[in-house]
Amino acid sequence: MIGWVDALLQGLLLGGLYALFALGLSLMFGVMRLVNIAHGDLIILASFAGYALAAGAGTGPWLALLALGPLAFAAGYALQRGVLNRTLGRDILPPLLVTFGLSIVVQNLLLEVFSADSRSIPGGGIETASLPLAPGLALGWLPLLILATALGATAGLEWCFGRTALGRALRATADDRDTAGLMGIDARHVYALATGLALVLVAVAGVFHGLRTTIAPTDGPAQLLYAFEAVVIGGLGSFWGTLAGGLILGVAQSVGFRLDPGWGLLVGHGVFLVVLVARPTGLFARTR
Amino acid sequence: MAAAPRAPGFAVERATRASRAGAVGAAVLVPGLAALPLWGDASQMRLFTEFACYLVLAQTWNLLAGYGGLVSVGQQAYVGLGGYALVVLANHTPLDPFLCVPIAGLVAAAAAVPTSLVVFRLHGGYFAIGTWVVAEVYRLLIANVSALGGGSGTSLTAMQGIPRAVREPVTFWIALALAVGSLALVYGLLRSRHGLALTAVRDSEVASESQGIDVRRTKLGVYLVAAFGAGLAGALYFLSILRISPDAAFGVSWTAFVIFIVVIGGIGTIEGPIVGTVLFFVLRELFGNLATWYLMALGLLAIVVMVAAPNGLWGFVAERWDVRLFPVQRRIRLAPGDPAP
Amino acid sequence: MTPPVLATRGLTAAYGDAQALFGIDVEIAEGETVAIIGSNGAGKSTFLRAVTGFLPAPPEAVRFRGAPIGGQPPHRIAAAGIALVPEGRRLFPSLSVEENLLLGAYTGRPGPWTLAGVYALFPPLAERRAAPAPTLSGGLQQMAAIGRALMANPTLLLCDEISLGLAPLVIRDLYDALARVTRDGLTVAVVEQDVATARRVSQRLYCFQSGRISLAGRSSELTPDEIARAYFGLDR
Repeated sequence: MIGWVDALLQGLLLGGLYALFALGLSLMFGVMRLVNIAHGDLIILASFAGYALAAGAGTGPWLALLALGPLAFAAGYALQRGVLNRTLGRDILPPLLVTFGLSIVVQNLLLEVFSADSRSIPGGGIETASLPLAPGLALGWLPLLILATALGATAGLEWCFGRTALGRALRATADDRDTAGLMGIDARHVYALATGLALVLVAVAGVFHGLRTTIAPTDGPAQLLYAFEAVVIGGLGSFWGTLAGGLILGVAQSVGFRLDPGWGLLVGHGVFLVVLVARPTGLFARTR
Repeated sequence: MAAAPRAPGFAVERATRASRAGAVGAAVLVPGLAALPLWGDASQMRLFTEFACYLVLAQTWNLLAGYGGLVSVGQQAYVGLGGYALVVLANHTPLDPFLCVPIAGLVAAAAAVPTSLVVFRLHGGYFAIGTWVVAEVYRLLIANVSALGGGSGTSLTAMQGIPRAVREPVTFWIALALAVGSLALVYGLLRSRHGLALTAVRDSEVASESQGIDVRRTKLGVYLVAAFGAGLAGALYFLSILRISPDAAFGVSWTAFVIFIVVIGGIGTIEGPIVGTVLFFVLRELFGNLATWYLMALGLLAIVVMVAAPNGLWGFVAERWDVRLFPVQRRIRLAPGDPAP
Repeated sequence: MTPPVLATRGLTAAYGDAQALFGIDVEIAEGETVAIIGSNGAGKSTFLRAVTGFLPAPPEAVRFRGAPIGGQPPHRIAAAGIALVPEGRRLFPSLSVEENLLLGAYTGRPGPWTLAGVYALFPPLAERRAAPAPTLSGGLQQMAAIGRALMANPTLLLCDEISLGLAPLVIRDLYDALARVTRDGLTVAVVEQDVATARRVSQRLYCFQSGRISLAGRSSELTPDEIARAYFGLDR
């Protein structure tokens, strides 16, 4: 019995990481209907960047995270302004194909620089520190921190979009880019801000991911799929929905692994498919 | 009172000078290729077989994305299903292994029917990733079946009784037939009224519906054709290399390479995938051993092409010099001596 | 002598290969209310789109307070002080009424218009301030759209067909509110389908016909017959 409670709790904690993966994807799609196929690879890129700083330069993970934040924002702004803005328009192919190309470039760049070996960001003990709840039931401090960060990030995004001038501008531009221009909003700049913000989330997710588990250059696509499934399960138009989607996916995978190690991922995919067939708009979609 | 002006005479035609020249060229090229077992060696036949696999996959992916507007990053699902269907049918039924190739294609198309019910609930970019998830599901399912060799795969034992002198040419001829057939199928489809419907749906779903086009059925039809093509390509590939595993069968690199081929060659044209596949193989021969740098260059090239010249190499050529080898559009040619309307 | 708030010289515009404007000369002086009339497809909305930066134009073709602004992107023209109430209102559906109004002030231009001021001008809006924009009636939406444009504290207010689809009483209320606004000296141009309304609310009017100006003059001096001929292109 305690095994199932443990599976549930571990699943929620795993879901916190998936939610962090998914928030950036959800943000970019919400503002500019752009699906970034390189999203997972950018997470892994951040993981390796965190590794290079924390292990290679010896800064430790927290300083690395602090340094990567602004770097990621600048990179996201430049990527959107320089490349992705040129692909936006009526046709859905260009952004998909460009981000797919980016995905391949990032993966192979990482392979070149870091080789195919997996490694992990050294965390100085936090990876194993845990909070014992009962015999056979312990919660890791790192996963708890990740879940707390996911909650904070979700609340932060909701606040930004719902209560700030920037959030209003983002929503207005997503609604009607031309009329937003009439208000004095430069869509190219606003889109770039959104991508910058999304990549900050990606950087945080990447460093946490690298602390939590081993990373390899070709891990990107798997993270993209989990992020995507979380967004679809949760439903469009709501960051809380994305968080919920991540948690549900995490629990599904965790319970699946408990059933049989070979079926863990399949149960997660299965839940995604069931939601897609039964409630295509997602479980917590906010109508826009 | 002046007489009513005569309506200008005109003819609707399709063939262009280039396409007529191309037809003559093909009439020479295809029989020449068919004789390859006589004048070529085994490695050349294998190379062409692989070329044919990518060509068929590229043509059908292009049909799906460039004409149907459905970008799938999960066609590898059907490549894998076609491959495994071939192995299972050949190894465990008395059917002739070569005959199993088209049947495997049909199996893949059959699997596409329930799959479409799921993935068509998504649109645009989410549809793309959704198809990827489905491919992953198929991979995981098959990797969990120990009777199929589990994660490490299995061999095509049915071919063991067939001598190489028979196996290699027949595989090659099947490849040639599939390559030519896929071109003929796609070309024929696009020239038909289904092709017009497809172009209409690509341009505007709402307008197409109002014209009586069943958008859902049109999209489903093209999705099934693409699954069939991918299944054939998978069956042919594993017929040639004699061994299959879940990672080789369902790897996303199938789609990655095909995307490069179609994007760089020219999306939404029939000539584009041909140009792209040729270029892909040429580049692989020249730079393939540079592995990661080669792939990075491909990725960058795809990005640059998509941003700067979205119609790809062939699109650039076609627009510049108005060349069409596979003319699908109808043109109006005014009868000589009549004034333009 | 202060330059006119808006002056276009030989303004042309085309949609691809189809030319829509064939050289428009319009002048709007400070504090004026000018009406632009014409049948559908005459080029009125195209004119507004060219002025607000949605269509390319040579810099000299459009001058705003003497400075050339032709061809600049819409967000820069908005920041310079031109506000457009677009045809069809185009309120942002994800935003509430109040959020739409607040967004109007995005450029942060200084001036007399505030949220309180807009609510004073259009009291029914205040009651529905938290409602999602799409749930409002046509008349209220139009008030919100005008209010949103005023929040930008513009130097020039352009109104594109604000009477479309509205009941006569509502239209009258809207133009009464507009009159209060112009009393304080705001320069306004209204594109208006209804000729009688256009004559009533403006000092001068321009009549567009097939992409050209077929008539221009003081609203009170032009006769209905003159206008009708220019409107339908009977003098061509």
